[in-house]
Amino acid sequence: MRIACPHCGERGLEEFSYHGDATVKRPTDGGAAPTQAWTDYVYFRDNANGPHEELWYHAAGCHAWLVVERNVATHDILRVTQA
Amino acid sequence: MSAHRLQSGGLIDRARPLNFTFDGKAYLGFAGDTLASALLANNVTLVGRSFKYHRPRGILSAGSEEPNALVELRGGAWTEPNTRATVAELFDGLQATSQNRFPSLRYDVLSINSALAPLFAAGFYYKTFMWPASFWEKLYEPVIRRAAGLGRHAKLPDPDGYEKSTMFCDVLVIGGGEAGIAAARAARGRVVLCDEAPVLGGQALSDGKAVDLAGLEHVTVLNRTTVFGVYDGGTYGAVERLTDHLPSAPGPRQRLIRIVAKNSVLASGAIERPLVFGDNDLPGVMLAGAVRAYINRYGVAPGKRAVIFLNNDDAACTIATMAAAGIAIAGVIDARPQSSPLVQSLAAAAGVAVFAGAVINRARGGRAVTGAEIMQPGGALVSLPCDLIAMSGGWSPALHLTSHLDGKPHWDDAIAAFVPGRLPPGMSVVGAASGAGINAGIMPLWHAGNAKAKAFVDFQNDVTTTDITLAKQEGFVAVEHLKRYTTLGMATDQGKTANVNAIALMAAATGKPIAQAGTTRFRPPYTPVSIGTLAGPHRGAAFKPARLTPSHEWAQAQGAVFIETGLWLRAQYFPRAGEDWRAATIREVNTVRNAVGLCDVTTLGKIDIQGPDAAKFLDCVYANSWSNLPVGRARYGLMLREDGFVMDDGTCARLGETQFLMTTTTANAAKVMQHLEFCHQVIWPGLDVRFGSVTDQWAQIAVAGPHARRVLEKIVDSDCDISNEALPYMGAMALTICGGLAARLFRLSFSGELAYELAVPARFGHALVRQLMKTGADFNIAPYGTEALGVMRIEKGHPAGPELNGQTTAHDLGMGRLLSGKKDFIGRALAARPALTDPARPTLVGLKPVDGATMLRAGSHLLRPDAATVAANDEGWVSSAAFSPTLGHPIALAMLARGPARHGETIRVYDPVRNGDTLAQVVPPVFYDPSGSRLHA
Repeated sequence: MRIACPHCGERGLEEFSYHGDATVKRPTDGGAAPTQAWTDYVYFRDNANGPHEELWYHAAGCHAWLVVERNVATHDILRVTQA
Repeated sequence: MSAHRLQSGGLIDRARPLNFTFDGKAYLGFAGDTLASALLANNVTLVGRSFKYHRPRGILSAGSEEPNALVELRGGAWTEPNTRATVAELFDGLQATSQNRFPSLRYDVLSINSALAPLFAAGFYYKTFMWPASFWEKLYEPVIRRAAGLGRHAKLPDPDGYEKSTMFCDVLVIGGGEAGIAAARAARGRVVLCDEAPVLGGQALSDGKAVDLAGLEHVTVLNRTTVFGVYDGGTYGAVERLTDHLPSAPGPRQRLIRIVAKNSVLASGAIERPLVFGDNDLPGVMLAGAVRAYINRYGVAPGKRAVIFLNNDDAACTIATMAAAGIAIAGVIDARPQSSPLVQSLAAAAGVAVFAGAVINRARGGRAVTGAEIMQPGGALVSLPCDLIAMSGGWSPALHLTSHLDGKPHWDDAIAAFVPGRLPPGMSVVGAASGAGINAGIMPLWHAGNAKAKAFVDFQNDVTTTDITLAKQEGFVAVEHLKRYTTLGMATDQGKTANVNAIALMAAATGKPIAQAGTTRFRPPYTPVSIGTLAGPHRGAAFKPARLTPSHEWAQAQGAVFIETGLWLRAQYFPRAGEDWRAATIREVNTVRNAVGLCDVTTLGKIDIQGPDAAKFLDCVYANSWSNLPVGRARYGLMLREDGFVMDDGTCARLGETQFLMTTTTANAAKVMQHLEFCHQVIWPGLDVRFGSVTDQWAQIAVAGPHARRVLEKIVDSDCDISNEALPYMGAMALTICGGLAARLFRLSFSGELAYELAVPARFGHALVRQLMKTGADFNIAPYGTEALGVMRIEKGHPAGPELNGQTTAHDLGMGRLLSGKKDFIGRALAARPALTDPARPTLVGLKPVDGATMLRAGSHLLRPDAATVAANDEGWVSSAAFSPTLGHPIALAMLARGPARHGETIRVYDPVRNGDTLAQVVPPVFYDPSGSRLHA
């Protein structure tokens, strides 16, 4: 697999590590209480078939966190942006 | 010239004879031979025994699809089992040995398995050896593994070298036959052509055709290179065999090449299908195309008198090739009711009889073919004596690579073959691999005759027509079930010669068209790849990089024993004459407690954090507060994961209004860096802060013990005040040492003594250690290693790796009060879940043995003394244990349910795995100097 890092250009999979769903958003309530929103953010993930936004970390490159839109059924990479 | 070698012809060099041995016997071949062609030239046709039934097997093919002729090459540590003799290039001195036979290839006592065939039918693993269960491990499995199996591993480290490389190209052409050469010639840009053989030409060479290599000047040609897999993003895996054809390896044996190609052209040709008839696995039964290859390419006649059995016109040219080589042809068996004009005219020209509408019912012979039993259209049987049967059931496109990214081949009735389905992005298929130009005039024939003799479908895994019938009877009719139940296509050849026949037979048995039966998909590798090649140079000491501390060489000179911590090598202890690890550790601890010691702590992760929002950023990532930390002070920091569990800890010093220096544990340095980047880039991008790792930039030496300040005062420049007032406990300052060298001094203590960490630019680390040793000599300074460090931190009750194991919370570690209630931070919300602060959770305590002597062991379970030893009564575990030289008895840190409330209680320390069972008293986790007076001295 190849990912086109917006900072470094196209690089091989071995430079990156995968870190899950990029669509979950951290609650902005300050975290005073362990609400449902927090458990959803930390634990709950959709198991989507098709295009999916994922977090990838360019560990062996520029250390950027990237949002990679990838079709998990075909492995096609549709878009790569800085997270 | 040997028995079957032709006087002329072929691509061998008769002027370069090569000596080789097979099963210890010496033979002669020529440069350009494969082991298979050289064996055939010497009339060696029996080369192996089959997987389950130990039947005699010969050479079926002339290529990488070979299922039968698997041999062991070379010897000793260089032993290479399961090598296909058909692709092993001959070299002078080659030693080859047959496999899977006992005691000898010719007399294999396990051929009795053939008589026991009913036991070994499809699914035999699951049915025959079911009872009693205990017999499986002790008896059945070892016996089966001995009886049914392939080659054996040398069980010695691989002495060869391997390497890896990456190539980029515009067009990758896979296969160097006529179609591949034409594609490479036409391709523009950077073109790479890979071919598995030593010379280009493919099937054309086997058919005796001239190959035009003109117009390839712009092409990078990789011979002996197999593209074995297709991966996402135009990435291809290839293995280049650099020295397998040489007597010894002057350099790397094989090279793993990752090829990144914008486009690829698959020109992998086609693989001929065997015909299925009784005893079709006898040595001397060969694919017709292979017979042509041995004659045209290697100048070998694989027999003296042959029968040709075909169902298509592609094989017709075999008649002329054999006739020209002087092989007598006993008959051409054309399964088609009406033989084609092509077959008829070629047979007439050679003066050979054609048996139209006939089949071979069975081959005759014991260890080699002696004849063919022909079944005429009316059912009448005729025997033709022969020592060679050349068969062709048509060709199957070698479309394996088209299927690696999930493309499913589909059945083309017109040519009775599977052809590529959806292709990997950027790939096109040309030549026979696409199904073009193959199987002219084919009449599908999946099982010839009705002989009772075994008719093999998958030669390598010994799967017969009966097994397929059995699979169908037992309901395993889907191709994927058929495959797994009969193990068809699951051998090292992945059923290259077997799959289509098997699918067709199952389709026929279930009354379905083949198109509906479908096919299994193929996975990498196309042909077997050595594990050594995949590992490349990354093995042994080179498996991972070693990071060395600035004082490494010095420590080595002191006789230090080193231990791996992550990638780092750290000094574990510094033994003196006569000391073992325990004696050295005790002395080192006593030195720090009573005099002064030094320890290289460079390995701690160091992250320089700068910017107007630096303090705010630390507030976000640490559970405790930072904004109120004064410049010149350090603080212990606890970092949680978002799920509320502890991730890492360390200290962080405020070097300036907008600059902090964070330290992490050695093990988590990279993980914390990545985490900080996530927090900054993804969660709080608005914070004006920048940070970078400076672990490698600064050497950091801990100086600990009652005399620590007095040692440092001697090397600190005179204008720098490091008195208790100027630099109190948890103070941090920039200063100069040794006459102007810029340094940082942190008054931090892991040992519990008066202690400092002195940081200098990394290149001065070595000199600093020597200087400290020199200066400290008056105070009896000595170096201490990670072992003493670990003992002292247990004495002080500091949590470390065993306590920060990813399953503990701040509450568990007795640090719940550090969690700030005033700010958002990573892990805040979920750390507040009631279950994470439940007093019943195992919580940090100290333990000391009731008898004052028995060592406690990490990993032991904690139970009430009167409780039964069952998991339900488990109340916690011992996390860290040591002998405390300071207290004179064993101590331990442990996680115990409701721990803080149980100080004084007696608990059972139970370690059934290592026969440990003793009583301990629960005490506070800080064993030494609980008031901290020594820290502040």
